[in-house]
Amino acid sequence: MTAMIDITSAEKTFTMHLQGGVELPVMRGVSFQVEPGECVVLSGPSGAGKSSILKMIFGNYRCDGGRIGIRHRGTVIDLATAEPRQVLSVRRTTIGYVSQFLRAVPRVATIDVVAEPLIANGIARAEAREKAGALLRRLNIPERLWALPPSTFSGGEQQRVNIARGFISDLPILLLDEPTASLDAANRAVVVELIEQKKRQRVAMVAIVHDDEIRHLIADRIVDVTSFAAAA
Amino acid sequence: MAEPQDPMQDDQPLLVAEDVGKNYGRLTACRDVSFALYPGEVLAIVGESGSGKSTLLQLLSAQLAPSAGRVSYRMRDGVLRDLASLGEAERRFLFRTDWGYVHQDAAQGLRMAVSAGANVGERLMAVGWNHYGRIRDTAASWLERVEIDTARIDDAPRTYSGGMRQRLQIARNLVTEPRLVFMDEPTGGLDVSVQARLLDLMRNLVGELGLAAIVVTHDLAVARLLSHRVMVMKGGRVIETGLTDQVLDDPREPYTQLLVSSILPA
Repeated sequence: MTAMIDITSAEKTFTMHLQGGVELPVMRGVSFQVEPGECVVLSGPSGAGKSSILKMIFGNYRCDGGRIGIRHRGTVIDLATAEPRQVLSVRRTTIGYVSQFLRAVPRVATIDVVAEPLIANGIARAEAREKAGALLRRLNIPERLWALPPSTFSGGEQQRVNIARGFISDLPILLLDEPTASLDAANRAVVVELIEQKKRQRVAMVAIVHDDEIRHLIADRIVDVTSFAAAA
Repeated sequence: MAEPQDPMQDDQPLLVAEDVGKNYGRLTACRDVSFALYPGEVLAIVGESGSGKSTLLQLLSAQLAPSAGRVSYRMRDGVLRDLASLGEAERRFLFRTDWGYVHQDAAQGLRMAVSAGANVGERLMAVGWNHYGRIRDTAASWLERVEIDTARIDDAPRTYSGGMRQRLQIARNLVTEPRLVFMDEPTGGLDVSVQARLLDLMRNLVGELGLAAIVVTHDLAVARLLSHRVMVMKGGRVIETGLTDQVLDDPREPYTQLLVSSILPA
């Protein structure tokens, strides 16, 4: 296969044991592919399961059926059945994820939060920090904030730190969960540019964006998630 | 460009538990525990008091003999050995060098009346270091790494705060560059701000040194911050296991769902 992501009939059901074991089927028959250099945008109303799909591709949510094929280091790994160690390896060298909210470690300086994914992949600290600084500057985070932990930043600033952390690595797959949600026009334009750059580097992306204008700018293809809704 | 290092691609497990169990007379403290821990991997064992997690930690670290099953460890020569079959010298080697054990109560892991420097240096002397200057320099550099002012090197840990004691205990354990560290509620009983600092420190050290660790905690936030993988225990058995964020964000078992939903938001 040439696709970086190849999902076939994936499904997800939540069993709510605290509500008397209610079964909530969320997704059935999720199937789509993403090629290198392509940005697929998931569309559908809130609650349709867009974020659940991203989380399944990242291995954060378990997949209850079907297959999530990921091209990883020259082979294909099925994340639906992968061992935790394999999922971690995929996250380290293949899939990056920009979540909606920053889950920062207390006390760690912003510049180090951003540089961490590079350092974890064996890049020298000085070089990683230099790259982190360049991205933060590009995303208009003033240098005087870099030494502070991001937990006290505004929502928009935290999101930009999160974006910098997500975009810093050269990973072949990137998942974006509303990367522009709380950004002003100038910073939204920067994110669109960053996405364009990733496309030129042949990165395969799956994104959730509610803003029609941004969606129009970044989407190569739109996958409508409502067709995967499981009949409850 | 060289392939990025990936310690977790090492395909030889460091520690293997097979159907491990422990009974106290008719009482079962834990049973049927099986897993493999790989170099560089951090495993959290979570569960409430009485779930058997501390007993399990003692079984895994050869402080208790299992009533059933076995625990094996890959010695530095690469051979996987049943802990129950080790001779006294080999066990001592593990405890002094290749393993660390961080107790919840620092007083159990430190000698409270001797200096901080001696607490760290003692582990080095036990593995044959005998040059006083080098031992002291190494101890001082470890105090710095755990953010203890080196001016306090000659003070005994009983003059230290709770957070400092815990950091000293970590320095004492890591100075011999162990491959595996056991931690029993390492942040229990500390103030929240002190906890955050300790967690951040442990997380960095574990990452930098490529340590494998088994951390027993009842605090899911600690598990999330430190561990790659988590085992949830209840009534002496492992009821759910998997990638940490997967188990915490998409818990499957009723008890795990209860645990996750019982966290108080800050």
